[in-house]
Amino acid sequence: MKSISELQKIREKVLSEVNLRQDRQDGIRIVVGMATCGIAAGARPVMQEFISEISKRNLLNVKVIQTGCIGMCRLEPIVEVYVPGQEKVTYVKMTPDKVARIVSEHIVNGKVVDEYTVGAQS
Amino acid sequence: MEFYRSHVLVCGGTGCTSSGSQTLIDEFEKCLKEANLDKEVKVVRTGCFGLCALGPIVIVYPEGAFYSMVKKEDVKEIVDEHLIKGRIVKRLLYHDTVEAGTDNVKSLNQVDFYKKQMRIALRNCGVIDPENIEEYIAMDGYTALAKVLTEMTPEQVIDELKRSGLRGRGGGGFPTGLKWEFAKNAPGDKKYVACNADEGDPGAFMDRSILEGDPHSVIEAMAIAGYTIGADQGYIYIRAEYPIAVKRLRIAIEQAREYGLLGKNIFGTGFNFDLDIRLGAGAFVCGEETALITSIEGHRGEPRPRPPFPAVKGLFGKPTLLNNVETYANITTIINRGADWFASIGTEKSKGTKVFALGGKITNTGLVEIPMGTTLREIVEEIGGGIPNGKKFKAAQTGGPSGGCIPAELIDVPIDYDSLTSIGSMMGSGGLIIMDEDNCMVDIAKFFLEFTVDESCGKCTPCRIGTKRLYELLEKITEGKGTLEDIDRIEKLCLSIKQGSLCGLGQTAPNPVLSTLRYFKDEYIAHVVDKKCPAGVCKALSNYEIIPEKCRGCGICAKNCPVGAISGQVKNPYHIDTEKCIKCGVCMTKCPFKAIVK
Repeated sequence: MKSISELQKIREKVLSEVNLRQDRQDGIRIVVGMATCGIAAGARPVMQEFISEISKRNLLNVKVIQTGCIGMCRLEPIVEVYVPGQEKVTYVKMTPDKVARIVSEHIVNGKVVDEYTVGAQS
Repeated sequence: MEFYRSHVLVCGGTGCTSSGSQTLIDEFEKCLKEANLDKEVKVVRTGCFGLCALGPIVIVYPEGAFYSMVKKEDVKEIVDEHLIKGRIVKRLLYHDTVEAGTDNVKSLNQVDFYKKQMRIALRNCGVIDPENIEEYIAMDGYTALAKVLTEMTPEQVIDELKRSGLRGRGGGGFPTGLKWEFAKNAPGDKKYVACNADEGDPGAFMDRSILEGDPHSVIEAMAIAGYTIGADQGYIYIRAEYPIAVKRLRIAIEQAREYGLLGKNIFGTGFNFDLDIRLGAGAFVCGEETALITSIEGHRGEPRPRPPFPAVKGLFGKPTLLNNVETYANITTIINRGADWFASIGTEKSKGTKVFALGGKITNTGLVEIPMGTTLREIVEEIGGGIPNGKKFKAAQTGGPSGGCIPAELIDVPIDYDSLTSIGSMMGSGGLIIMDEDNCMVDIAKFFLEFTVDESCGKCTPCRIGTKRLYELLEKITEGKGTLEDIDRIEKLCLSIKQGSLCGLGQTAPNPVLSTLRYFKDEYIAHVVDKKCPAGVCKALSNYEIIPEKCRGCGICAKNCPVGAISGQVKNPYHIDTEKCIKCGVCMTKCPFKAIVK
């Protein structure tokens, strides 16, 4: 180790990973419905896309969580986004190619992608 | 770095490893691969979570689901339900993490066992993978070393430690800042830093757990110590009976060298420091500082008189700074968060936290770290979850064979160095053994003394012969052959051993006897005068009897008695021949009508 900046670099690189293990309630949660209906409709590639998008952007305060059946099986794959202090947003009929837009507009810039939400699609 | 959406943390401490956590890790990896989840879910082997009684323990993040007593067969269910479908497997959760009457899962910080704890020395145990230096770095690892090397002078480090009020965690409680100052000011061109990881107290395992769960915290602190006192070489003296700790320490030292955090020119500052491990053969006396130093030098581990203290003349005759594992584990946090923060925790003269290995008659056996000043009652009743089987708390033994006991009437005493010393016990390295009404205090004193008799190195007479004679006197009492004069003789002998012994082992060996005599003299007298053991432990003093009114004459006792001491006719009360009886207690456990009493 020749300098402190080297140490800092390693720290930042690994922090995003270890950070998952903190009992923190303040981050954004992306909840993917992964019951039989969700999986059958293709929830897994959607979730994987979220994971790779988040790691690409190195977003520290975002967690991807699975959940069971959300109830509107005909609209699966369903993804719910919880931003602390705001009402939850439900995206329906998700596909992997919709993911990048949600991450950049909603997760990063705070602007809900209206056309993908349950209100617009049902 | 790959991003994993979920981490499965499996405890890899000695306790959970012996209850099979490695097979769980293998099974998790196998099941995850089968489910095609191995790119999404990461399995991490960590250090001790502390709740050893419920091992093996598995925690799944981000949910923070705390699974206890997980078996190999359960792994597939966790993978299928929790990791694929996101449904937490409630039946495997530690019962205290589920809110009573509901299905809500509590955060770990809300659970009784963790609520009152404060983790400084154990901060990374059970959080990071101890075999991966990058995870330690992510938790602010090596930033304290960087800060010290680039921004602080040795005097400032010592001043910071002095202001923090940190005292030695190995048992003595000597102010750490002062010790570092002595070593720094000692004249000499070559100096050494050493770490005492020869944890010998029966029942204490915090040093082992720190080294198993967070070895870099000790390595970093030793490098800071090297810079402060002007040493470029350190030794960690650890017992060979800690194979997991030794292995992780070796990996950690290797990785630190690879990353240039040990070796030459650290952080480009020109500071050189390296570490070596020395294995001890597991002798209790080698935890004494002069014996430890002699043992590192390659000689037989025997103590020598002090002064000169190691800070002046230690390893190979050079000034040496020797601290315990837990003391080192506190250093980096003090540097990072400041002395004022550390000094705000604890009591007036005992700052910070202390790790205790909770054992004996307690529900939550395991490792706990509490702020100084926490009462024994809080540890036993809240963190420890109380005494099992509805028994009553009788006493707690602190400090192992060098310490003493705290009786039930002093349960509200705050735990810190000075209040423990004032009631005739001591902090010791942190073994905390809880006893209930079924423990005989004479027998406990005898047990600890037997340990010191075995472990006495034999160099000085008061310890070698004195402890042996003391043991014989206690043996006489537990066999019912003692007299009141023997009790006086015990008291006198204890004082001679304390005053005459060369090192800490002998000087503290009589403590368990003296403190049980102080608080439980009535039990000694019951053994001597009434020839009775109130707790029913001492075999020679207990007689088994059949209560005729309760006996239905089934004959089960007679069938099970290994020496044929029970006789009688079916459907009539049986009788025990006390001459033949060997007091094994089998009849009492077999009797379906509870008609046999001691």
